Amino acid sequence: MNPYTSRYPGYDVLNKRDTPSWDAITRKVIAQRMATPSEPGFLDIVRWRALEALCACIVPQAADRPQAPLAGMVDMRLQKNAGDGFRYARLPPLREAWLTGLHALDEESKARHELPFASLERSAQNALLSQMQHGELTSAHWKGMDAQLFFTQRVLPDVCGAYYSHPYAWNEIGFGGPANPRGYVRMYYDRRDPWEAVEAKPGKERQAMEKNRRVR
Amino acid sequence: MSADAQDEPRGKHGRAPDVLRVGGWLPMREYLQNDEVDFAIVGTGAGGATLACRLAEKGFKVVAFDAGAWWRPLEEFASDESHQKKLFWTDERLCDGEDPVKLGNNNSGKAVGGSMVHFAMVSLRFRPEWFKARSQLGYGVDWPLDWREMWHYYGIIEDALKISGPVNYPWGPDRGRYPYRAHELNAAALVLARGAEALGIGWTATPLATVSAPRGLAHPCAYRGFCVSGCSTNAKQSTLNVWIPRALKAGAEIRDLAMVGRVVVNDAGRCTGVEYFREGRWQFQRARNVVVAGYAIETPRLLLLSATSRFPNGLANSSGLVGKNFMVQSNQAVWGVMDQEIRSYKGPPSLAITEHWNYNDKKDFFGGYSYMSQGPLPVVWALTETRRGLWGDALLKDMQHYNHYVGLKMVGETMPQERNCITLADEKDDYGLPIARVTHSNCDNDRHMIQHALDFMETALAAGGAKDIWRETDDTCHLNGTARMGSDPQTSVVNADCRSWDIPNLWICDGSVFPTVGGVNPSLTIQAIAYRTADRIEALASRGEL
Repeated sequence: MNPYTSRYPGYDVLNKRDTPSWDAITRKVIAQRMATPSEPGFLDIVRWRALEALCACIVPQAADRPQAPLAGMVDMRLQKNAGDGFRYARLPPLREAWLTGLHALDEESKARHELPFASLERSAQNALLSQMQHGELTSAHWKGMDAQLFFTQRVLPDVCGAYYSHPYAWNEIGFGGPANPRGYVRMYYDRRDPWEAVEAKPGKERQAMEKNRRVR
Repeated sequence: MSADAQDEPRGKHGRAPDVLRVGGWLPMREYLQNDEVDFAIVGTGAGGATLACRLAEKGFKVVAFDAGAWWRPLEEFASDESHQKKLFWTDERLCDGEDPVKLGNNNSGKAVGGSMVHFAMVSLRFRPEWFKARSQLGYGVDWPLDWREMWHYYGIIEDALKISGPVNYPWGPDRGRYPYRAHELNAAALVLARGAEALGIGWTATPLATVSAPRGLAHPCAYRGFCVSGCSTNAKQSTLNVWIPRALKAGAEIRDLAMVGRVVVNDAGRCTGVEYFREGRWQFQRARNVVVAGYAIETPRLLLLSATSRFPNGLANSSGLVGKNFMVQSNQAVWGVMDQEIRSYKGPPSLAITEHWNYNDKKDFFGGYSYMSQGPLPVVWALTETRRGLWGDALLKDMQHYNHYVGLKMVGETMPQERNCITLADEKDDYGLPIARVTHSNCDNDRHMIQHALDFMETALAAGGAKDIWRETDDTCHLNGTARMGSDPQTSVVNADCRSWDIPNLWICDGSVFPTVGGVNPSLTIQAIAYRTADRIEALASRGEL
């Protein structure tokens, strides 16, 4: 994405890393998250490719900017087997759901296009995912798992939850990010603390960008 | 720096973390396992910690157990939604029914202090009539408690937590002014106020358990906005930094990373103590009385897991009601976009509230609801967006409005239904114990209320100035019921003193005991009941009736 088309051009929450908005524990956990390797530790390479392609559809990241390692973050979660604290009785446990789901996605893709999911054009990928979202994928490869539930309860929360826990996503939406101990002062409408993102009003993108470069 | 709180217990060797000082320790009394303590309390949330504190202050020997870690907020609570999932109960549970609930975030806690460690600090009193819901309002069941007595205890809890709230509260009988002044309203709260005034209904600054002025070692709230991820400044007044330090000072012992798997009952039908897993092995603590305070899922689960040949259906269950009448609160919302920048991530998430529909009875459903302003952080917000089906470019595009979004979210009373229940599943957890199955379906009354609330909130949000309004139709919050109190052993699990009808030295003290759930957040009521229970235990003990 061209920086001028962002609503918060030039804003980088990481510039606040060494300010009173970030404490030691926060610096540590976010550094760890950003260093998540973009390689599989849990999934086999075939499923990993499907996951990478899936993540690129669910959260399309601009090619000209650094990318959040979404597939790596999902794989890391699978390595740790970190559950949510519940699951719908109609879904299998976390790992099994992902192993079955990624395999089934590839098989559905091959049945339609004779190619694995990762090799499809983006439009064909999105069409297949839209079918999954609307409960239209029911082949035996799902091993009885409800593909629609897999999409709404596993794919969307796990991939989008990963993305919006990454500082690049915070930059995009103008979130203030970590805030300890400094917190915030200006609570009223249209008020911004000097350490918050500047929103670009139409025609004022360049001014917003200059201010955002100084946001600390 | 000490070892990770999740790997090694910290409440050991005669000391416990002083959560108000970086690296600090407090002396902690310890009891031998063979020492028959007066009370073994399972769980250190709003019920268990408050009760542990008060019983210890009255001179009883108390050991409280928590399955979770004993965190140090000042050093170990990151300003980060994902990392702070460490505060949630993320062990597996199965959810089914027509309206299966989501667990693990806003409605569970696995830490010393329980879910109050990450609660949104909303501290509200029940409407007096709710304690007699059946006889005065025509639904649910009556509580065995009198509202005037509860009003007395509410005042005590509000003072103990130095609740920040308005000078005059618009609804209900007089309650005096709150101990600390109300917080400044953020833009999201001002939208609620604007909408309420346009519609001619009352609203107020929400009474919150986060200090608006210094208190001891705690600074005033700095409006970080990470409240539901845990407060790293100790401005939030909770079990972790109020009741538990008081309990330690009074001589209670708290055992962290201690999962209780069974309440042990002897042939005479009395509790003898608890079996718990700590430091890699099952252990036993003797006790004269056992209190189960694990909240509305773990409490019935433990009672069911503790079945014996004498009590084949689980403990305290002669009524058959353990695990039944599980109640959530409806937590639907409306969201819309404002022209102005709102930036609702600043400040406590729910700074303004209206209880209009809790106190107004001109409506076509039973029970009531409140609604509050909202401050979702990015992950919670994105997941809300995905639940209306957004992904890909559509999601990224709408997320651009994050700082302009504003919302109103209900806390709605659901009706007690026996079919909504906690049972044991076949699947086992890491301790080898059967996990809980949580079955939940809304009833017609629940659906009517949700529809009413969504319609009303949408009108109010539009009147507040929001555009492009849409509805979040499926969220829930807070868990109650499953071991209801009552006046009749046939139709309740415990009496007004939270004492089991079946086993006289077994007590249940948490949100499980609620016969009905009301339209406000339950933590203040849970604490008030716990505080009262301690007073009752003291009175019973003085008469030789323990």
